[in-house]
Amino acid sequence: MKRWLLPTLLLAVLIGAWQIAASTGAIAEALHIESFLVPSPAEIAESLWQSRSLLAENAWVTVREVLFGFGCALVAGLGFAVAMHLFETLRLAFQPLIVASQTIPIFVIAPILVVWLGFGIGPTLAIIALICFFPITVNTLDGLGSVDVEATKMMRTLDASRRQILWRVEVPAALPYAFSGAKIAVAVAVIGAVFGELAASGAGLGRLIFQDMAQLQTARAFAAVVVLSAIAIGFFGLIALAERRVVTWR
Amino acid sequence: MRQDTKMPTAEARDFATEGASPSGTGAIGAAISIRGLSHSYGDLQTIERLDLTVAAHGVLGLVGPSGCGKSTLLELIAGLQEPESGAIELGDARDPHGRLDRCAYMPQRDLLLPWLSAIDNAALALRNRGVRRAQARREAGSLFERFGLGGFESASPAELSGGMRQRVAFLRTLVAEKPVLALDEPFASLDAITRAEMQEWLAGALRADPRTVVLVTHDVEEALYLCDAVAVLSARPACVLEQLRAPSPRAANRNAAVTAQEFVTVRERAMRALREGASAT
Ligand SMILES: Nc1ncnc2c1ncn2[C@@H]1O[C@H](COP(=O)(O)OP(=O)(O)OP(=O)(O)O)[C@@H](O)[C@H]1O
Ligand SMILES: [Mg+2]
Repeated sequence: MKRWLLPTLLLAVLIGAWQIAASTGAIAEALHIESFLVPSPAEIAESLWQSRSLLAENAWVTVREVLFGFGCALVAGLGFAVAMHLFETLRLAFQPLIVASQTIPIFVIAPILVVWLGFGIGPTLAIIALICFFPITVNTLDGLGSVDVEATKMMRTLDASRRQILWRVEVPAALPYAFSGAKIAVAVAVIGAVFGELAASGAGLGRLIFQDMAQLQTARAFAAVVVLSAIAIGFFGLIALAERRVVTWR
Repeated sequence: MRQDTKMPTAEARDFATEGASPSGTGAIGAAISIRGLSHSYGDLQTIERLDLTVAAHGVLGLVGPSGCGKSTLLELIAGLQEPESGAIELGDARDPHGRLDRCAYMPQRDLLLPWLSAIDNAALALRNRGVRRAQARREAGSLFERFGLGGFESASPAELSGGMRQRVAFLRTLVAEKPVLALDEPFASLDAITRAEMQEWLAGALRADPRTVVLVTHDVEEALYLCDAVAVLSARPACVLEQLRAPSPRAANRNAAVTAQEFVTVRERAMRALREGASAT
């Protein structure tokens, strides 16, 4: 009960304050800008309703990108983590590269990816996968290594093979870590989608936001941001739900 | 320093009648013989020319100052490590592979896997050997009642008390059906009362299902009650200072056994050896 009540209450208060500040023109005045640039929550809600089919259409594009990009990163990240855990050579070789991959500024790589992969969904997927890969891989690898050496010794004297130690001890121990990584990843995946669409795509919520901002359609831009947040929260919630179902021992 | 340990008489005690070992194959055990064993971690010499023997089905206690190399010695016996020099034989096995095959190791903390139920934890060795889950559960489960764990088969480790967790951990070691058990301070984490209970319980379990056991403990009384013989180790590098024979190993009445004059005398001797060994460095 408290879990839901508190954030809802806070949100209501914030929206209420914003509504008052925006409709009286207080924000615009303080920032010395035109008042139509500061849409009130009521205007955003209206725009949400009026442009619902346009928003839904673009949201579906973004959802698909996030789903695919995140899915690719998940498969690759888990696979890489296990491989790096099992083979020290791989770990030593790849660890710096994986960290380095995170320092690549998306602004820089997005246009390059467009040149390489062409205009369309490709560059966006690549960007999402790239930024999701890191938290998933690093967290899972940490989790696989979190197992007590004593537990491994115990398993060995109980006739466990390397594979059995991996599946019966290391993988379950790594699951909570992998879920944490996935939760971080899915949140940044949405940001990745926005950047990707800006650089390389004719559709999606990110594209819509930039278009609307350029045309000073601020209410609809904000409406798109609301939908984008809802998508991120939805994905996050789904992963948290899956975690609760799978990691029952915590 | 060699001294043969007494064989416990299985038929003397209560549990012994109803099919002792999990599969009912009867008692299994292999003698342990350690000669001239030395070991070091890099520059740190942990064990130096150590000799020890344990008869099949004998229980040997190891006491010694903290950090002297007791856990290391257990790992060497279990085949988890290789000595620098010297020989370790478990029955007819000398190489680490053979030793791993014949020895089950129970670490100091219970280390039950929290994602498995009590029964699945106990059945780990069977599952590792490729026994199907239902069959493994049946085999491990047949021991739960006898070990005071009846009704807790599907409980998660978090739902068990410290003593119960320790019993599940011991069951897991026992179910592996290895002739040799290496127990590293199995009851160190328990309070005094639970600990005494667990000692009586382990004594009963070993009477029912005799194995060759090497038991590391910091508690001299525990060692002298549970073991046939107790080796007092020196500070690092460890060697055997003195080996004492316990007067009444695994007696049914623990209280009477540990307060008997003879027991107290031996305990004092062990304590003295332990103190001298610790202050020698
Ligand atoms: N893997 C390792 N690498 C290097 N040194 C180690 C390692 N394991 C243990 N040691 C060192 O070897 C010595 C013996 O350790 P060991 O764990 O065998 O002692 P112990 O007698 O079991 O001690 P305790 O009674 O505290 O459990 C200690 O000084 C310890 O610091
Ligand atoms: Mg130790």
